Amino acid sequence: MSVWEQIEKSMQERVLILDGAMGTMLQGMQLTEEDFRGKQYADWPSLVQGNNDLLSITKPDAITEVHNRFLEVGADFIETNTFNANRISQADYGMEDIAVDIAEVAAKIARAVADEWTAKTPNKPRAVLGALGPLSRTLSLSPKVEDPGYRAVSFDEVADAYREQALAMFDYVDGFLVETIFDTLNCKAAIFAIKDVFVEKGREIPLLISGTITDKSGRTLSGQTTEAFWTSIAHAKPFAVGLNCALGAEELRPYVQALSKISDTYVLAYPNAGLPNAFGEYDQSAEEMSSLVAEWAGEGMVNILGGCCGSTPQHIEAIAKSTADITPRTPPTIEPALRLSGLEPFALAG
Amino acid sequence: MNMQTASFINIGERTNVAGSAKFKRLVVEREFGEALAIARQQVENGAQIIDINMDDGLIDGVEAMQTFLNLVASEPDICRVPIMIDSSKWEVIEAGLKCVQGKSVVNSISMKEGEEAFLAHARKVRQYGAATVVMAFDEEGQAETADHKFEICKRAYDLLTQEVGFPPEDIIFDPNIFAVATGIEEHNDYAVAFFEACKRIKEELPYARISGGLSNVSFAFRGNNVVREAMHSVFLYHAIPAGLDMAIVNAGQLTIYDDIPEELRERVEDVILNRRADATDRLLDVADKYRGGKRKAKVENSEWRKGTVNERLSHALVRGITKYITEDTEEARLEAERPLHVIEGPLMDGMNVVGDLFGAGKMFLPQVVKSARVMKQAVAHLMPYMDAEKEEMGMTDVSNGRIIMATVKGDVHDIGKNIVGVVLQCNGYEIIDLGVMVPAEKILAAAVEHKADMIGLSGLITPSLDEMVYIAGEMQRLGMDMPLLIGGATTSKIHTAVKIEPAYDAGASIYVADASRAVGVVSILLGDGEDDYVQKIRTDYKKTRENFHRGQTKKTRVSIEAARANKYKLDWEGYTPPKPTFLGTKTFKGYDLALVRPFIDWTPFFATWELKGRYPAILDNNLYGEAARDLYKDAQAMLDKIIAEKWVRAQATIGFWPATQMGDDIQLYADEERTKPLQVLHTLRQQIDKKEGKPNYAMSDFVSPSGDYVGGFAVTAGLDEEGRVEKYKNAKDDYNAILFQALTDRLAEAMAEHMHERVRREFWGYESGARASSEELIAENMRGSALRRDIPLNLIIRKKWPCSSYLVVKKRQLYI
Repeated sequence: MSVWEQIEKSMQERVLILDGAMGTMLQGMQLTEEDFRGKQYADWPSLVQGNNDLLSITKPDAITEVHNRFLEVGADFIETNTFNANRISQADYGMEDIAVDIAEVAAKIARAVADEWTAKTPNKPRAVLGALGPLSRTLSLSPKVEDPGYRAVSFDEVADAYREQALAMFDYVDGFLVETIFDTLNCKAAIFAIKDVFVEKGREIPLLISGTITDKSGRTLSGQTTEAFWTSIAHAKPFAVGLNCALGAEELRPYVQALSKISDTYVLAYPNAGLPNAFGEYDQSAEEMSSLVAEWAGEGMVNILGGCCGSTPQHIEAIAKSTADITPRTPPTIEPALRLSGLEPFALAG
Repeated sequence: MNMQTASFINIGERTNVAGSAKFKRLVVEREFGEALAIARQQVENGAQIIDINMDDGLIDGVEAMQTFLNLVASEPDICRVPIMIDSSKWEVIEAGLKCVQGKSVVNSISMKEGEEAFLAHARKVRQYGAATVVMAFDEEGQAETADHKFEICKRAYDLLTQEVGFPPEDIIFDPNIFAVATGIEEHNDYAVAFFEACKRIKEELPYARISGGLSNVSFAFRGNNVVREAMHSVFLYHAIPAGLDMAIVNAGQLTIYDDIPEELRERVEDVILNRRADATDRLLDVADKYRGGKRKAKVENSEWRKGTVNERLSHALVRGITKYITEDTEEARLEAERPLHVIEGPLMDGMNVVGDLFGAGKMFLPQVVKSARVMKQAVAHLMPYMDAEKEEMGMTDVSNGRIIMATVKGDVHDIGKNIVGVVLQCNGYEIIDLGVMVPAEKILAAAVEHKADMIGLSGLITPSLDEMVYIAGEMQRLGMDMPLLIGGATTSKIHTAVKIEPAYDAGASIYVADASRAVGVVSILLGDGEDDYVQKIRTDYKKTRENFHRGQTKKTRVSIEAARANKYKLDWEGYTPPKPTFLGTKTFKGYDLALVRPFIDWTPFFATWELKGRYPAILDNNLYGEAARDLYKDAQAMLDKIIAEKWVRAQATIGFWPATQMGDDIQLYADEERTKPLQVLHTLRQQIDKKEGKPNYAMSDFVSPSGDYVGGFAVTAGLDEEGRVEKYKNAKDDYNAILFQALTDRLAEAMAEHMHERVRREFWGYESGARASSEELIAENMRGSALRRDIPLNLIIRKKWPCSSYLVVKKRQLYI
């Protein structure tokens, strides 16, 4: 049985588990500027502390450890450490030209760790998802308030950045996860690029997509509602669509619920461990978080659960345990209709 | 949920250069602001999709499509609806698809260049995630008969669904609406052929939709809008039941079918349905009767224009409407004493509404950015007047102040920072924006180089908080003292109070919750009220800090031995304590309350009445200023009576005793030689685990072991109070009962303040020079204020309200 056949089978039986926050785990290691530079980039002209993706090259053991810890507690999916491993985001550190190397190395690390575990327990599904983050530049918003027509980046540049990142990871990952989308147009460029990669490679692998509702207005940063977001990206025919980041489980609930009702594919959700406290720390306990998301599972709202900012192996373990016996959501059949969207969804009835 | 569902879709056509001469002119002249207004008007008039077309010889279609769609994307009122990207040129369509985040409709693709190009375009449309209109157009040309129309549509449908995997529900056929009543006989059946094709498409091509360009049908009657609109209505009346799902129409100009005069309707119907050979002639016969007839007035949502100028400015800011902003701002300017007052008054009020709505999740970011733009335009209009005013007043510096802004090292998020920057610029501040990922050195060097008035730091991710603390520490180290403003998603008042302010006490550290508050904070900091404001913030943050530390669960305590070892060590060598003017006690009876009155702190008085706010600002509070003013008036009147008619008696006793430090205790003596022990005062030593260099205090630390003095006083301003309260209550006059109690409470506190001053200056006499303002006294006497050298600590032991006894510690002296 291939990994996706195994996963499909498990999807009928239980809620599957995505890993927790790579960034939170790395932050917890209190790495220094020197750690980030490693030997390879000791003389790099700009500061690189905070460039978590770079650690795949300069401190691969740290990344391996994080993957191990999440697999240890039962994650079925792990994400590569490539949230910012693209030309545009790496340009913040002057590292645009090594972005693809970072992406490839990270994918290899995740692959190796997953394969080790699969050798130990071959019957448990275990997939590596190549993570594609939202980019540091955005296509629907002008960074110059006085010039709303201005864009800091073009669709083609965004698509190119995603294309080379996806290509670099393709051979090592089982699927892609386009995540933390706060501007749907960036996501559409990612989908566009990934479809090109599928053509170039001559085969398709599953695509998962996860948007971000930034605050209680219930909108993405670029202004779309959850429904409009789904309508805008449904053409990707994702294996799963979901929401992550920005909100804790309590705040995210209505939007996951909305998505669950309208999407005919699997639903994933990986909220933050609560909202950050005054010090930017996430202090929702594993028990609190898992009881909130287990409720979603119990109500048949989700198929895949994980954690974003602040979620540790303890959180993921608690989520896996609290959802182990719950029958997962069955995606509804949605009657075909002309559905369009601006910031809000639109459907032509009848 | 905002899901729009419809059974028939009006597609706005006025943003089509072919459909609107005005829109075309605006695009050619690059008046995009007005062009956007047309788009907005269509949505307000009910267009559920807007069609955008830039096909014209004078226009660079790719460039215009991109520019306009990017602008539309920043107008939430417009881009809430889906967009139809309309062009006969594929490269224009593709450029458009790269600009829209929503799922739009391509209008159109067809087989006129053969199957290959058609399929390639369809695949791209799919890859961009759009639906598409397919014209009934093939290698031979546009289909005119019902059979040919259907035949092309069927062929396209099969190709799309089978070859491309295009979802049938995302296919919209345009079976060509052509002009009728042109005088050419072959044209007479065009409308009927269209209806027939619609029926067959709906029957045989499941889920596919049908659209059409409505205005074509009436092309023969250009210049006669009444007839044209009647033709449109009649056409729709028959086309919709046949299967037409959407049409490109001017949503503001559709006559209701039943409102068409019967004579006209019948003749139009004859033409559309091709019911008689002379139909065209018969319509022409009556057409002139209706020429120039009154068109329905444009329905513009303009109710808000009737408000006052302040209301209009507020509305424009909240809705992001720039159309009237210049004239409204001018009107406000003429009414205002100074142009600056327009900014500080109505414009900032409007921005505060925006800030509140944003905070409450009722507005979202693109709208806020739009509001900022309106603000900017208004300010741009006022700037020349403000400059002129400054010139008149002999001031050359145009800037209200210079602010360095940066997103800190390690953080690349800057949207919020940019908004704050714009809003501040709107208010005449010079912003030097250093961008993102800015290291501390660069920020501080820039602040020095540009002689900045303050620094604003922004950050969104957690590690930025530590970076901000680091920058604050660096500012302290470098001896800077300019205000430091903190903002960004993870920042908070608590963090600023607990972590940032202690790192930088040479200047003010102020948390700014959002962009709308930034101007208020900056203007105060650069204005006259800076000191007061900073003092208030410091007091507030100190309280926040203390509450926070109190709330910390993992308080670590040290042993009493360790605490004693870490006592506050003063150098008593050669110290001679100031001697009080007398020893023992002295009592003042029937004290004149007129002397006490100036010491009243009014802020807690208002708090008693649940009017939260600082006196005197509370009197001008938007929400309850009026209530506060009335209350204050009543209080003053009663106070006059209390004092004049001696409703209560005030009394005070003060005393001084020789004393020595004895460990954590203080020994009092009856005599100067300290041979006759009188009483031991037990004081508590702090056992909190203090930071390096911070002592664990006990009050006894302030008393010399080799001989010192302790003083104390007890005051009351409430003798005879109960009787009067009873009287009010019996008379069911609770208002005056409470007012009276609240005032005697204040008088008791004021009495303590007053006696404290007399002790310091007169009976003990260790203080001389300028009097502290009552503000300062109040600030110092806040309960639980931290021990600081040279500032008296007042520990209030409240015995029985309204009588207060004070235990007061002064550096090296203590009196009870």
